[in-house]
Amino acid sequence: MPNKQSNSIRTVVATGIGAAIIFVLMKFVAIPTGIPNTQFNVAIGFAALLGAIFGPVAAGLAVFIGHALNDFITYGSPWWTWIIVDGLVGVAFGLTKNRLKVADGALKKAKLVWFNIYQIIVNFIAWVLLAPTGDIIIYHEPASKVYLQGITTWIIDSISVAIIGTLLLVLYARTRTQRGSLKKEK
Amino acid sequence: MTHQLLIGYADRQTFLNRLSGSTKLLCFVGLSIIGMTTYDTRYLLGIMVLSLILFHFAKIKFHEISFVLSVILGFSVLNLLMVYVFAPHYGVSIYGTEHLLLGHHAAYFNLTTEQLFYEFNLLLKYTFMVPLALIFLMTTNPSEFAASLNRIGVSYRISYSVAIALRYIPDVQSDYRTISLAQQARGFEISKKASLMTRARGGVQILLPLIFSSLDRIETISQAMELRRFGKGKRRTWYMAQRFRRNDYLALLIVGALIILGIVLFKVNGGRFWNPFHA
Repeated sequence: MPNKQSNSIRTVVATGIGAAIIFVLMKFVAIPTGIPNTQFNVAIGFAALLGAIFGPVAAGLAVFIGHALNDFITYGSPWWTWIIVDGLVGVAFGLTKNRLKVADGALKKAKLVWFNIYQIIVNFIAWVLLAPTGDIIIYHEPASKVYLQGITTWIIDSISVAIIGTLLLVLYARTRTQRGSLKKEK
Repeated sequence: MTHQLLIGYADRQTFLNRLSGSTKLLCFVGLSIIGMTTYDTRYLLGIMVLSLILFHFAKIKFHEISFVLSVILGFSVLNLLMVYVFAPHYGVSIYGTEHLLLGHHAAYFNLTTEQLFYEFNLLLKYTFMVPLALIFLMTTNPSEFAASLNRIGVSYRISYSVAIALRYIPDVQSDYRTISLAQQARGFEISKKASLMTRARGGVQILLPLIFSSLDRIETISQAMELRRFGKGKRRTWYMAQRFRRNDYLALLIVGALIILGIVLFKVNGGRFWNPFHA
């Protein structure tokens, strides 16, 4: 079993590499929806896997850093409310680590269903409740515009996690040795 | 894909390059927070002019940034249009007066001076940090950036994560290109000619190898770092860290004064908006 020390190193590295991947995915693999600043986002599906393997700290920070760097380089100015909310979504994905136990192999269907219900609720709280409210309070943007952006993001992010996130989780779990798969010879 | 999207750092030998990374980071974050909250047009314009002057001193060539600039402008215009479509009377409700320019008073789509003024403020808010961000990106050495994060109080583990991210973005990017070309050679069509579903499937075929090879990379790097005893000490020194010099204190002082000015303007205006219509 890895001890606590090497776990914390793994978290640091996973945060860094995770942020780099999220940055590249946000930059190159984004399909615009037609509504400004909302795109079909592959990166958030990857964040689900990152959270399930490395936990809330790594996933939250990786999404935060990746998104901030991407905003910084694409738009010139980071849009802080959405970056923070995205980071919180990453943290929420990380909280599934102990429940999903992907590292122990074999994800049952029930767990996947639970995960998808969970992620839709998380995305709802994040993009329909938190992000637009932040935009209204901090940036003073008109409510109808930011709610439209928020609801669009909620829908496409949920779809993205449901397809790409679930796929990645299943495939990753298959590469792991199942716990208790070895039996003592009698 | 042919565009170099990640505009890069180069040692341009200007006073902006010689400022320490921590100074530039603090100034950037400070100004972006005050600019995010204020709607005072005079203040935003002032910072815009100031940052354009700095931009001139940074000796950055226009062709280095023209692509990024066009993307930023495109998105700002789209956003402004969307604000207008969804809330054409928002300016009126903020400033409390109505000066019609076009259309009828009762119509949904009419044009008021207040709306134009509000959207002009929005445009300033979307763009006023851009020159500063570009200066920051193009005059700060990425390795020094991590050191400066640590200097301003971020824990060194998180700073190191940022350093790793900056170090591996080009690697992940080139991996992405290699895998993409390899998959295209195998017959996956991902260009605009193919249908959306085919492209999506092609995208997944790139994504999987990219992610799984990166997970291996995480293991390798963390083992290498463990062998070098990363994280044993409470603090860490940085090869690229710079000492604060006179110019750093000067820059911090100026930006500090600007931020205080911004806060004073909240008081003077009696809120976040500067209202020229009430005078």
